[in-house]
Amino acid sequence: MARLTFSGGIHPYDGKDLSKDKPIKEVFPKGDLVYPLSQHIGAPAQPIVKKGDHVLTGQKIAEAGGFVSAPIYATVSGTVKAIEPRRVVTGDNVMSIVIENDGLYEEVEWPAVKPFEELTREEKIDMIREAGIVGMGGAGFPTAVKLSPKEPDKIEYVIVNCAECEPYLTSDYRKMLEEPEYLIGGLKVSLSLFENARGILAVEDNKPECITRLRHLTKNETRITVKALKTKYPQGAERQLIYATTGRAINSSMLPADAGCVVNNVDTVIAIYHAVMEGKPLMHRIVTVTGDAIAQPQNFKVRIGTNYHELVEEAGGFKEQPEKIISGGPMMGFGIFDLDVPATKTSSALLCLTRDDVAAMEPSACINCGKCVEVCPGRVVPRKLADYAEHYDEEAFVKNNGMECCECGCCSFICPAKRPLTQVIKSMRKIQLAKKKK
Amino acid sequence: MSDLMKVSSNPHIRSKVTTANIMLAVVIALLPATGFGIYNFGLGALVLILVTVAATVLTELVYEIAMHKKITIGDFSAVVTGLLLALNLPPAAPWWIGVIGGIFAILVVKMLFGGLGQNFMNPALGARCFLLISYTSIMCNFDCDTYSGATPLASLKAGESVNILDMVIGKTGGTIGETSMIAIVIGACFLILLGVIDLKVPGSYIVTFVIFLILFGGHGFDPAFISAHLAGGGLMLGAFFMATDYVTRPVTKMGQYVYGILLGILTGIFRIYGPSAEGVSYAIILGNLLVPLIEKVTMPRMFGKGGERA
Repeated sequence: MARLTFSGGIHPYDGKDLSKDKPIKEVFPKGDLVYPLSQHIGAPAQPIVKKGDHVLTGQKIAEAGGFVSAPIYATVSGTVKAIEPRRVVTGDNVMSIVIENDGLYEEVEWPAVKPFEELTREEKIDMIREAGIVGMGGAGFPTAVKLSPKEPDKIEYVIVNCAECEPYLTSDYRKMLEEPEYLIGGLKVSLSLFENARGILAVEDNKPECITRLRHLTKNETRITVKALKTKYPQGAERQLIYATTGRAINSSMLPADAGCVVNNVDTVIAIYHAVMEGKPLMHRIVTVTGDAIAQPQNFKVRIGTNYHELVEEAGGFKEQPEKIISGGPMMGFGIFDLDVPATKTSSALLCLTRDDVAAMEPSACINCGKCVEVCPGRVVPRKLADYAEHYDEEAFVKNNGMECCECGCCSFICPAKRPLTQVIKSMRKIQLAKKKK
Repeated sequence: MSDLMKVSSNPHIRSKVTTANIMLAVVIALLPATGFGIYNFGLGALVLILVTVAATVLTELVYEIAMHKKITIGDFSAVVTGLLLALNLPPAAPWWIGVIGGIFAILVVKMLFGGLGQNFMNPALGARCFLLISYTSIMCNFDCDTYSGATPLASLKAGESVNILDMVIGKTGGTIGETSMIAIVIGACFLILLGVIDLKVPGSYIVTFVIFLILFGGHGFDPAFISAHLAGGGLMLGAFFMATDYVTRPVTKMGQYVYGILLGILTGIFRIYGPSAEGVSYAIILGNLLVPLIEKVTMPRMFGKGGERA
């Protein structure tokens, strides 16, 4: 099959060898668990427990705060210790529920689920909403909302984003190898919501084992195809992925549904399976703990709310003093200044590097080399946009498609003058987005 | 762990290519042409090259010290300018021509407009044209120890026959670095392989120029005439090393084709209809001036405009 791709993009050092052969290992947290009420895009969840309450594993502790929102579940049994602002990976203080773990992991009694065939479309979407599932690739958009487009009949493709194009991340890779049945099962559940849709498992071709495995398992599935994508960052960016798999291009003002597509990440699709087939809420996710500062890089099955300190300990601690710690991948993750933050629904990795590339490089004058234009998947001119942003020329910024930037970071990565292009464009976009909301 | 980590906005990794790497690659790519120039024209050429490069680097250094600016000679861009300018000088030019040219290139064309990345015109070519106008007799005198009389391109224009093999190898009169097509193309291939330049500008430039020759050259499709024009004069050096100058060529993909085509047409007009046999320098300089306009009309279409389907 032809290799599928898009124009632009970069080939950074991928660092996946550090953790790619490490099987997923479950982590049992010892300390308190922290559940920020905003782990998703949309309204914060509303707590339904109070200080002193005893909770069980799998018990709902916060209700969705609106249509675009998601409930939150306890992932351990124990006592609610506090409901107070706690710091999260972005550096903000977010109102959070803190639970003292009693170490017993007593579970709630799971309600019986109706057989899959008897469920209606609405019931399935309700189950997904109730399970608190959000886009686990990083954006955190509530999945139930994504699965309820205005015209479900017009959805032609349900795409599972198995690209995992971010360097160092191997959590999706491990899931595809270890739980492909759940992945395919989750895709089948999603397909049952859209009768005119075909399912696509889109995998980058640097994961041939996954492609073979998934092809083998889906050979009798008429509605599902496995597509091998060219390995290139940002292949897993939603718009680029849709283009590579279907040839349809959408811009920032359109939704995937406008091109007849629904895109979900591997972990999300597996969570859909557990929600609909087993009635279980979203409680775990896979976090890759890696980087050259980590003694034993690993892929962990992490209970949401677990402190990052515990993950580092579980991975054998630091073998060298890290200089930079990133929650997420090196291209789009958040730099964090200490480890005392919880893993949330969108934490894909904890990357600890001994060297800070960014600090080591001094930005110099732009030489107009055009590399940022070449690599930009959004086909804008980052050099000019950064110029407009630096001079606070809002009008020119918007006019020259500044809002089309997806903040993938390719331009900053490639820039020989080491200019912080993505960073300044991103700041300007934030200002413009905030203005739009007003 | 009490120490706080460093934080910054994403992305957290960078490619290893830097401005200095790129400029150094260009210097290396110019070495075959430089070496051949020295072999062809003798040690006088070497002295002229060294003096010119020293002039550009020192001008930048002195200017930056005097203006209390950050010293940027470490990025090798002044070396590239000096070397390119020297390769565009006649071998018999006196040393002070290199000094004046070097100072003009860096001080007037580059630094006064804001330094690296801000100049609207290729500094080496700007200086060459300045010298051509100010010291015409020196700049147009290609007599030296090895060769005398007209350059092959001038002979060609006068209707005389030329030895194409000599022109391709470079054993002819001309400026120091322009004579050997082979040496220049070897350097260009090196840059293309490294990904420093691509064929968009040089390719469209040369192809357009050839088409122009066939249509208006007065010889129709005459391979000998066309190859003489390709190998003669500053076309190869200009197309691969001057027209591809990052700062003064359009940054957009479409714009680069437009720019190349424009240079091809201008070079054709100057060489065929102009009073001089040469035309590359003026063509590129004129093209440089049109770059902002070209960029304006060739802004790329954003991804997903109108939801196109493939």
